[in-house]
Amino acid sequence: MIAFLAKRLAVGFATLLASSVIVFFVLEVLPGDPARIMLGMNASPETLAALRLEMGLDRPIPIRYLDWIMGLAIGDFGRSYTYSSTVMDLILERLGVSLPLAVIALTLSTLIAIPVGVFAAARRGRAADTITMGAAQVGVAIPNFWFALLLIYVFAVGLRLVPAGGFPGWGETLADNWQALKALILPAVALALPQAAILARVTRSAMVDVMGEDYIRTARAKGMPHRTVLWRHALRNALIPVLTIMGLQFAFLLAGTIIIENVFYLPGLGRLIFQAIIQRDLIVVEGVLMLLVATIILINLAVDICYALIDPRLRLSR
Amino acid sequence: MKRFSTMLGAAMVLLATSTAALSARTDLVLGVVLEPPHLDPTAGAAAAIDEIVYANIFEGLTRIGPSGQVMPALAESWEISEDGKTYTFHLREGVTFHDGTTFDAEDVKFTLERAMAEDSTNAQKSLFAAIETVEVVDAATVTVKLAHPQGSFLYNMGWGDAVIVAPESELENREKPVGTGPFKFHRWAKGSAVTLVANPDYWGEPVALEKVEFRFIPDAAASVTALLSGDVHAFSNMQAGDALPQIEADPRFKVVIGSTEGETILAMNNGKAPFDDIRVRKAISHALDREEIILGATAGNGVPIGSHFSPANEAYVDLTGTYPHDLDKAKELLAEAGLADGFSATLKLPPPPYARDGGEIIASQLREIGIQLEIVPMEWAQWLEQVFSNKDYDLTVISHTEPNDIEIYARDDYYFNYDNPELKSVMAELDRTADPAKRNELYGQAQRIIAEDAVNGFLFQLPKTGVWDARIEGLWENSPIQANDLTKVRWTE
Repeated sequence: MIAFLAKRLAVGFATLLASSVIVFFVLEVLPGDPARIMLGMNASPETLAALRLEMGLDRPIPIRYLDWIMGLAIGDFGRSYTYSSTVMDLILERLGVSLPLAVIALTLSTLIAIPVGVFAAARRGRAADTITMGAAQVGVAIPNFWFALLLIYVFAVGLRLVPAGGFPGWGETLADNWQALKALILPAVALALPQAAILARVTRSAMVDVMGEDYIRTARAKGMPHRTVLWRHALRNALIPVLTIMGLQFAFLLAGTIIIENVFYLPGLGRLIFQAIIQRDLIVVEGVLMLLVATIILINLAVDICYALIDPRLRLSR
Repeated sequence: MKRFSTMLGAAMVLLATSTAALSARTDLVLGVVLEPPHLDPTAGAAAAIDEIVYANIFEGLTRIGPSGQVMPALAESWEISEDGKTYTFHLREGVTFHDGTTFDAEDVKFTLERAMAEDSTNAQKSLFAAIETVEVVDAATVTVKLAHPQGSFLYNMGWGDAVIVAPESELENREKPVGTGPFKFHRWAKGSAVTLVANPDYWGEPVALEKVEFRFIPDAAASVTALLSGDVHAFSNMQAGDALPQIEADPRFKVVIGSTEGETILAMNNGKAPFDDIRVRKAISHALDREEIILGATAGNGVPIGSHFSPANEAYVDLTGTYPHDLDKAKELLAEAGLADGFSATLKLPPPPYARDGGEIIASQLREIGIQLEIVPMEWAQWLEQVFSNKDYDLTVISHTEPNDIEIYARDDYYFNYDNPELKSVMAELDRTADPAKRNELYGQAQRIIAEDAVNGFLFQLPKTGVWDARIEGLWENSPIQANDLTKVRWTE
């Protein structure tokens, strides 16, 4: 197990380093000058030069890369060109929205998807299966921003139960935090439903595969109750592909939610990247991208460890 | 018992409505499209900064009022010397910054010298170019000496880029702005909102609002739902799009179409063939049908312009008839220029809807006289680099939103590549003239020169779509400068 972990960590580290080179150099060749964007159309050349000097943009690219990567090694992500704060602070602030949102959405989608998938698989080919999987198909097909707008019109504009968007921020008191949580309900639902639809379909097909295995027949033959066979023997073995998808979904939910963040004007990580690209605040884009690469590597590692926990054979063979 | 509870309920409702009527609301949530990069108006051009801090947090020596007039602010009064080169400002006394430090003549000297300095990152450094020295006479008097008389000096000092900052808070202003205005900075939740609260120690007339939140809503659809759900009370310039008729029909809201300082033009690269030929530029001007463009790009709300000047300005001259829509004339001019069969060119369009929508209409209009335009959509950063900085373009559609900016036509090396000594001498004279009547006449001359030279296709003045709760009053109808002055805003019930 330790050798397995060490190997995975080494591969992960190499991936991280390789992506840092790609991320940095690809972004640096983008057209657009951050100083010009900040100062606008009326700025004089001297003012531009003064700002470039202040932002350190006058130095050659390889030097700036080395500076940046050395900083990363000690956890210093640099300072944003446009916002006058460190990239780390910006990221941490945005994670306060993105992380809870991703966790709530993933929890919701898992709570919906797994029972539905298992239920459909248990009734394979029957009407219940067709209906639930048909509904899941619709769920996959519906664009989440459209679904989000629908939710807003019903629950915010019509019933006025929740705000139509925005995020008041986490506060000291319980009431403040409840307001913050309330602001995340609709976006979480809008994100979770399409994810749940995908996950339900994956769960069902994995379950259907497993249900055909010999050990399921054996379990049934020895008179084990149907429910136990389904939930303890079949589901546990079907979980590997489900976990893989969940890992991917979590990474997506953390930063790939730009559209939903726009519809609900939430200050999440996705919006941070989007804004930073528009303003050519490259150091922020680079920082967030590196964080995401690291997260995906870690999630994959965690998923691998989960495989090993679920399936002892994987533990021994590596 | 049941009757009793019904009565109690009715009484409570009555009580709730009557207290609401007695004391009007004192909070306001204002929706804005863009989040500013920081909050120091003296160190960045972003209009989003001024939209929050101007007149609310920061004040200058003078300020610009709702109809674009110069009003006294931190300078109570001033005298101008005979030769027009010395301005003596009498400052208000008893004014303090939000951090408690006092405001005096030293702060004025500091602010102006900081903006003029070699390493200054003030985006409008040219506003201060005429200043030679700033002298402190006493704590409440400052003398500014100019190198030459400058008619627009008092107006210049009213810009957001010229607000007075204190040396004690200069470095913090980007994150925690400290000014002298009627509102104090409270909190900036990045990506979400900036909150201001009333300043109890304000020197002037106290404001009616206790708490103001500027909420950033970049998405057009989200701004509509935010308004309908009551999350946001007002948008001083809303991107409502197709939802505007729905909002107009709703008695809860008031829709006010006002004007801005945004001259929207079809900019032409005067330094590049065939646009260096005035006949080609005239042909294009004749081929443009402004009415159709205004209808498509601004839902009919833009005001047509014939030169680079705002119709709201008193020096405005109506030149929209210089090159009337006339396709035969346009074709004739093209033929004269040796381009009877037309030509191909690119039209580079920045992201705002007026440019993208207007650009498509322009492309189809120019096709009528044989000019084939390839539309190249660009994001903002790309546009600034390629078109604005490197002048690598044929045609583009853009709104110039700075107030009174006709002087850009006299600049060397500006992206129009336009060079006319006659205009330059008019602008130079204007800069030295202080007499208002004479200034208006010079502005008129400048408008005529660039209209006749058909430097660009002059399209329309960008409208401002103000939408707010019908119970709010005091928001600006027009925007002579990019600001959301909330000092006079109140709820009527």
